[in-house]
Amino acid sequence: MSMQTFAQKALARAAGLQNVSIGSTVDARPDRILSHDNTAAISTIFNQFGLENVLQPEKVVVTLDHAAPPPTPIHARNHAEIRKFVARHNIEHFFEIGRGICHQVISEEALILPGQLIIGADSHTTHFGWLGAFGAGVGRTEIAALWATGELWMRVPNSISVKLTGQLNSSVTTKDLCLHLIGQVSSDGGLYASIEFSGESISDLSIDSRTVIPNMMAELGAKNAYLPPDKLVFEWLANKLKHSLSVEAISKLAIYPDEGATYSEMIEIDLGKLEPQVSVPHQVDNVQPISVVAGKPVDQVFIGTCTNGRLEDISIAAEILRGQKIAAGTRMIIIPASSQVLHSAVDLGYISILLEAGATLGTPGCGPCMGNHLGVPAAGETCLSTGNRNFRGRMGEPDAEIYLASPAVAAATALIGAITDPRSLELS
Amino acid sequence: MNFSGQIWKYGDDINTDVIFPGKYTYTLRDPKEMSKHALEDLDPEFASNVQIGDIIFAGKNFGNGSSREQAVVCLKAAGVSAVIAVSFARIWYRNAINNGLAAIICPEAVKAAVHGKHAQVNIEDQTINIQDVIYSFPPFSETATEILNHGSLIGFIQNKLSGIDASKPTS
Repeated sequence: MSMQTFAQKALARAAGLQNVSIGSTVDARPDRILSHDNTAAISTIFNQFGLENVLQPEKVVVTLDHAAPPPTPIHARNHAEIRKFVARHNIEHFFEIGRGICHQVISEEALILPGQLIIGADSHTTHFGWLGAFGAGVGRTEIAALWATGELWMRVPNSISVKLTGQLNSSVTTKDLCLHLIGQVSSDGGLYASIEFSGESISDLSIDSRTVIPNMMAELGAKNAYLPPDKLVFEWLANKLKHSLSVEAISKLAIYPDEGATYSEMIEIDLGKLEPQVSVPHQVDNVQPISVVAGKPVDQVFIGTCTNGRLEDISIAAEILRGQKIAAGTRMIIIPASSQVLHSAVDLGYISILLEAGATLGTPGCGPCMGNHLGVPAAGETCLSTGNRNFRGRMGEPDAEIYLASPAVAAATALIGAITDPRSLELS
Repeated sequence: MNFSGQIWKYGDDINTDVIFPGKYTYTLRDPKEMSKHALEDLDPEFASNVQIGDIIFAGKNFGNGSSREQAVVCLKAAGVSAVIAVSFARIWYRNAINNGLAAIICPEAVKAAVHGKHAQVNIEDQTINIQDVIYSFPPFSETATEILNHGSLIGFIQNKLSGIDASKPTS
């Protein structure tokens, strides 16, 4: 048997096969099936199958996060339909408005473990690579099909190896790493591929920093992304599981690629050479070093999303804005990725610091990222966001400009009122 | 299966936000209503002028971004018979096949296509005819062919669940 990639091993496991070759198609059985505010629409597709029940309701996870709390009666009706559906089908893993963004909530609830497969009706399901799981996004009909049959055809992707060396400098984050990579290889540089990270640098990264990486690989066109899980990940998950599964038991689930596995491309990035990056309108891969765009006036700064709405992100912003006021004429919206993040941010005093600086706070969830509510920009305005997409109209207004950056750049930008290199604040 | 229609030609990286804006994702369920917003933030002329059978030609990575299936449904409901591109984003491609919309990879035809002119597509022969020049495209995968033969993934699953495979000839 030839040496295997993570993707080969994980899909072989999910398909109940000894080994699978790259490019072959398998019928995979995911451990979790994720949907969110789109659950009502999926249920109408599911109903066309004429089945009484969802096949494995224990595998299904539903969160209300994309337009939560509902901004209009139509959105409210959508949520009401979803609540009825989860009650009717005994879906126990259902999370109400305010619990947070699906990817963060499922991580915090340890509903997916290393080596497992999660399929979600959300393109950022690549997220779960942070803990060494295989996460892939699909459309609504495929989730309905999974509710009905429990299996899905999947092509075993080619894998791209990204080796990380060195250490991030102060005020540089894994968001900058991701934007740099996307800028280098472009938005289809990882099309259909499994992006498999390696390198000792990963063990230096916090959980929150790691999470950003596979999440953003959706913007490379990737099928999934993977970070090799270590003790930090196993302990984090064991802690979340309240010790119902030991660190050792979790570690045994982990899948690692073989030395000498086949990669279609090998990339190496020295984290120590990175500087803050900004993605400029209207393409995520339109990436510039911050020096090129510094000084651009900004109307709104948004810190949040499944990419950068975690405790570490909020702490970075609080550190920069401690005892300061955000610039006149600029507004700042903070939306924690989950209720647990919000709770911790309150306990640690970050929220007080940010409120005193003049920021405002939204309910944990996706916020304005996809233009539904809670901070949609006006025509002609500029928003700097810690989110993942800056396509025209993404935040609801086609004539607004969206810049993407790290929480450090976001906070520095709110302070000055224009795009600002956070390293320039360290000097002053 | 044959399609014939006017060419709508677009560039690279046509993302799901410009195909179907996120702000409509939880408020519109009727495909006809969705079709009124098709390509709204890319080409405001499209939705009101597209005719049944028309064909979209686009560059690389068509449909990148969100998993929203409306980015396929709105085009199909608008009358689009096929999308021919240099390459497709993976979720959009799956959604297209699952909804029975022909998503065809043919860089040569994209190069030759002229906005506003006509093109014909023959699925069985795997050919595209643009102004009497014939371009061939590779066959769909076995799984994709099976789904397309059932009209959609819904039809495919319905047949699977009923244990009757209607796609196979009875004779």
